[in-house]
Amino acid sequence: MDSCNCIELQWPPDDLLMKYQYISDFFIALAYFSIPLELIYFVKKSAVFPYRWVLVQFGASIVLCGATHLINLWTSTMHSRTVAMVMTTAKVFTAVVSCITALLLVHIIPDLLSVKTRELFLKNKAAELDREMGLIRTQEETGRHVRMLTHEIRSTLDRHTILKTTLVELGRTLALEECALWMPTRTGLELQLSYTLRQQNPVGYTVPIHLPVINQVFSSSHAVKISPNCAVASIHPSGKYTPGEVVAVRVPLLHLSNFQINDWPELSTKRYALMVLMLPLDSARQWRVHELELVEVVADQVAVALSHAAILEESMRARDLLMEQNVALDLARREAETAIRARNDFLAVMNHEMRTPMHAIIALSSLLQETELTPEQRLMVETILKSSNLLSTLINDVLDLSRLEDGSLQLDLETFNLYAVFKEVLNLIKPIASVKKLHVSLNLAPDLPEYAVGDEKRLMQTILNVVGNAVKFSKDGSISITAFVAKAELLRDSQTSEFFPVPGDNHFYLRVQVKDSGIGVSPQDIPKLFTKFAQTQSTAIRNSSGSGLGLAICKRFVNLMEGHIWIESEGLGKGCTATFMVKLGIPERLNEPELAFMPKVPPNHGPTAFPGLKVLVTDENGVSRKVTKGLLVHLGCDVTMVSSSEECLRVVSNEHKVVFMDACAPGMDGYEIAVRMHEKFTKRHERPIIVALTGNTDKVTKENCMRVGMDGVILKPVSLDKMRSVLSDLLEHRVLFEAI
Amino acid sequence: MEVGQMQRRLVDYTKTLFMEGFLDAQFLQLQQLQDESNPDFVVEVVSLFFDDSEKLLNDLSMALDQPNVDFKKVDAHVHQLKGSSSSIGAQRVKNACIAFRNFCEEQNIDATLRCLQQVKHEYYLVKNKLETLLRLEQQIVAAGGSIPATEMGF
Repeated sequence: MDSCNCIELQWPPDDLLMKYQYISDFFIALAYFSIPLELIYFVKKSAVFPYRWVLVQFGASIVLCGATHLINLWTSTMHSRTVAMVMTTAKVFTAVVSCITALLLVHIIPDLLSVKTRELFLKNKAAELDREMGLIRTQEETGRHVRMLTHEIRSTLDRHTILKTTLVELGRTLALEECALWMPTRTGLELQLSYTLRQQNPVGYTVPIHLPVINQVFSSSHAVKISPNCAVASIHPSGKYTPGEVVAVRVPLLHLSNFQINDWPELSTKRYALMVLMLPLDSARQWRVHELELVEVVADQVAVALSHAAILEESMRARDLLMEQNVALDLARREAETAIRARNDFLAVMNHEMRTPMHAIIALSSLLQETELTPEQRLMVETILKSSNLLSTLINDVLDLSRLEDGSLQLDLETFNLYAVFKEVLNLIKPIASVKKLHVSLNLAPDLPEYAVGDEKRLMQTILNVVGNAVKFSKDGSISITAFVAKAELLRDSQTSEFFPVPGDNHFYLRVQVKDSGIGVSPQDIPKLFTKFAQTQSTAIRNSSGSGLGLAICKRFVNLMEGHIWIESEGLGKGCTATFMVKLGIPERLNEPELAFMPKVPPNHGPTAFPGLKVLVTDENGVSRKVTKGLLVHLGCDVTMVSSSEECLRVVSNEHKVVFMDACAPGMDGYEIAVRMHEKFTKRHERPIIVALTGNTDKVTKENCMRVGMDGVILKPVSLDKMRSVLSDLLEHRVLFEAI
Repeated sequence: MEVGQMQRRLVDYTKTLFMEGFLDAQFLQLQQLQDESNPDFVVEVVSLFFDDSEKLLNDLSMALDQPNVDFKKVDAHVHQLKGSSSSIGAQRVKNACIAFRNFCEEQNIDATLRCLQQVKHEYYLVKNKLETLLRLEQQIVAAGGSIPATEMGF
């Protein structure tokens, strides 16, 4: 910019220079105008530029500069004062603005430069992030691979598949050259190459287990890089290529897995297999951390999968074993059942078949005994009889025992005279005892009830057997039998520690003790005494007969009676004491006089309790006549019915044993009938029993009945049971006063 | 319906009769007396009872209709009826008869007439019930089943 001075210049003769200046000024002005325009345009476009104000100033200064140059165009020629003024103003403005701009620019240029630095920094950061992203993606992929691998491994329960899959998947995921698994051998001293990836059937390489490299791997839970030249890593012929990096990891073999090898010695608490992985040959690939982690995880998973497989194998084996056992047991059971059935059939047949001839023999022998015999013959017959009795007893015993064992024997419970049982036993045993010069004494406790409810026959059998044994095994001395009611305190016996009888209201425990001074029993034989067919070996008893069944049967009877039997002996030659306790019921109705008076009458429980008993029934009322007749017919009587007293007197005869009449009907005088009957049948045994059926129970009626000579009074209506008991009482006693 | 159902119905019906007091234990005795040798015992007795009672009730009505009531005769009839009903176990009829007899002793005409009505009422009721019962039994027997025994819990 040339400084403007007020010196007027003449149009110089060299116009050319002036013309060039003119043009340059013009273009400068143009450029100076367009630069801010461009700036404004681009700043407007970019939204981020922070230094607008500076730009504005910059723009302003340039504009003013441009203006100055433009005005310069006019100052090259003659110009007025206005133009000069304008020029000056413009220049002043330009100067001001430019200075301000210059000052401001000092501030912003360093900022602008630092922006550049930041941009560089951000670019680096972005690159780094990119790298990290790449790594994470790789890791995630690895994780996916692990999951997939685990899934593959765990999706099968077959051991070989697991291992094969592991190797295959690992090989694929990590792009391995070779992958191999070394398993410990039976002896545990070597590792054997069991599975490889590439080779189908690995030849049985073995490697001793105590190599340092192996120990190193086993002692760390991480995957360890090993040298490609060591024994375990020489799994793949690398030839002329450089082998890739090799990593080995231990695979724990969990305890529950035994791989069907049962005779492993216990080496250490943990056993391991070795997995060796080799990277591709001739590649610069290195084992990355995440790959190593993957390998470790896989190794653990493999361990778990393997033990699962082993457990499954084990349980399948056990199940197969159980099934076999089941089949065998089933077969055995069926065989046993067949055997039992066969035995039962046999017994049933033999029962009958054996007893029949026995009965014939015994019966005919006894009959023969009654006939005329010479002494010799008599002796022979007696021997036959004795032997056959013995045989019969034996047969019965055997059959009883089998029934007892089956549990099909049931006690016949009834009321019986306990004292009589003991007396009978004594009577039976006295002859033999006196022959052997043994003294037998019987002691019955005073509080022993006279009657008891139980199986009389079997109780007698038991007592007889025990006493019989005492007699049999004693050569001399005495035998004492005591019987008493077992009290609660005495029940706590060392012998009966497992037996706690509890006496109750309607039962008591009978305790019988038989002491003898015979050969005794040695302590070790005592448990055998009650076993079937077992006999103590002793010369003294060899000649005495005995099947060895007696005590066994007794024990079973005693058990059936909810009791206990045991034998004590201090040793051979010191005698022995047999004791047993059985549960007996207390009879409810102690009709002792009746029982003492009556011989054994069969119980009247059947419908034909009084078969053919001729009875006459007199009743006006058709319905009650029919009912009474029905009752008596049900009891088996032969009933004649009449409907009036005249008819009754007409029909009655001495064939009728009982006459029932309605005594309370007005119009029919039962009393008169009675009187008349007494007249008719003078002899007592010819006269039928007269019984009044009445609806009145008052004393007057009863007295009247008695007065006229009736034998009994029954209150109507009569139940079946009452009629039955009344008739039985009547027939026994010919008198009945209480039937109301 | 099938035999089991009929049997159950019979048992229930019998039980209600006992609960309501129409029959008492004597009827059970009658049932017990029925067996193979005597298969229709209950039916025979019940029919006999019906015939007897009809006759007696007629006689009673006639006797009480007279201008001069012969209480002795009435008493005799009632006694008969009481005997019959107690033999068969018709409890309510029997009780009514007992009451009847008491009024007979008192010779109270109005009361006896009332009692007659009562006895008739009870008789017809129990007749109805017994007929139903027997019909049920017949149905069961016809269908091939057996009459279930009544077990009373009292």
